[in-house]
Amino acid sequence: MVEFAGYEMPLRYSSMRDEHVAVRTRAGLFDLSHMGEVRLTGSSAEATVQRLVANDVSTLTPGRALYSVVCNDQAGIVDDVLVYRVEDGFLIVVNASRRQVDLEWMAAHLLPGTELRDESDETALLAVQGPEAVAIVQTLTDQDVSGLRSFSSVTGEVAGVPCRISRTGYTGEDGLELYCAPAPAPALWDALLAAGAGRGLIPAGLGARDTLRLEAGLRLYGQDMDETVDPYSCGLAWTVKLGKGDFIGASRLHELDPDNPPRRFVGLALGPRQIPRHGMAVLAGDTPAGEVTSGGFSFTLGHGIATAYVAPALAGAGLSVDIRGEAVPARRVPLPFHGGHHHRQ
Amino acid sequence: MPDLSGYRFTPTHEWVRRDGDTATVGISDHAQAQLGDVIFLDLPSVGAKLTAGARFGAIESVKAASDLYAPVTGTVTEVNESLAETPERVNTSPYEDGWLVRLGDVVDGELDLLDEAAYLAQAGE
Repeated sequence: MVEFAGYEMPLRYSSMRDEHVAVRTRAGLFDLSHMGEVRLTGSSAEATVQRLVANDVSTLTPGRALYSVVCNDQAGIVDDVLVYRVEDGFLIVVNASRRQVDLEWMAAHLLPGTELRDESDETALLAVQGPEAVAIVQTLTDQDVSGLRSFSSVTGEVAGVPCRISRTGYTGEDGLELYCAPAPAPALWDALLAAGAGRGLIPAGLGARDTLRLEAGLRLYGQDMDETVDPYSCGLAWTVKLGKGDFIGASRLHELDPDNPPRRFVGLALGPRQIPRHGMAVLAGDTPAGEVTSGGFSFTLGHGIATAYVAPALAGAGLSVDIRGEAVPARRVPLPFHGGHHHRQ
Repeated sequence: MPDLSGYRFTPTHEWVRRDGDTATVGISDHAQAQLGDVIFLDLPSVGAKLTAGARFGAIESVKAASDLYAPVTGTVTEVNESLAETPERVNTSPYEDGWLVRLGDVVDGELDLLDEAAYLAQAGE
């Protein structure tokens, strides 16, 4: 068990490799109750959300969700979030490590007529991820989850537990995320494990979540991005909708060139016995070119992979990673490293 | 779990099982649990001379790269080649199938080796 943002969380239940492979080939069950949930309601809720996030929520129909960044005035990323339009407003899912910062930031930028409610402590979140995930959940609910589109959600019962059932995830696989009250969450966990046992569902911890999301090219707040990074540098230009009207950070984003940001976020592939780690230097010849933000061993691909920031002028050069004093050649590869059919809208 | 009465441990989490002037070396169950899944090992070749307390290789896991230190002085006579294909044996069977190297011409080094109880006490288990 590790302490993460005030929650005791298992790094792994069995083996990180087994859990990773299960999600890629069958299914894994994650307890993500540490994630924060903030509900914004009231007559001006949509205008407030449009002001807070860089993506455009105006086209969301109830139940639909999108991924967005929240920027500060300098277009630095305050957090990356999932925004649902729900019956009474918007539900914003935030990183546990950023919950307090986000709450203060949002509270400071509410328009009159918007109410903010932190529902994090009254919301549990279980995720079933993998090619068998939807079929497993379908056995426990009358809702047509098989017909649910990616980035859509419905409310309904799963194993008798009232949930928001969402076709979303953070693994690069198909799957569902189930938001429910904390009290029945353990019973839901047990029901899911029992229903999925025949299809190879196993519990998966924070470790597998990290190796899965890295393979899928999904950014991790605090490692791949923070308040000093703009969304263009982070490769998230597709989430920025300047045409929707003004929002926090828009004026700075107007000054930047989406195709030529101050830093370049790249994928690097290394050899089977070369494992890059967070914080290692990226070199172009002998010249420091940047830094690994996330790195590790890809269980799916069988070699080391990393995401890194590099100086744009050096991004096209032959790159290497300084692994304990040795310059190990690294090949630039497009993100995601693997999969990616379900990682965005 | 095998009978570990013949195993001695280093504070750096390696074990050694002596048999006359030969020995087998591996890492402890506690160590493999801390490391998580082993991805690969960097082990010496047959004929390499190991010195008690000196680095003789490295082990890379999902979590981190860690150096390996020799519990005794000796010459490598055999390397566990199966670990190249199945490094997870270090996790599943650290005291048997997951051994790392066998040594000949073994002499005691300067190291104070620990029995299992003393090792576990020191490792905080």
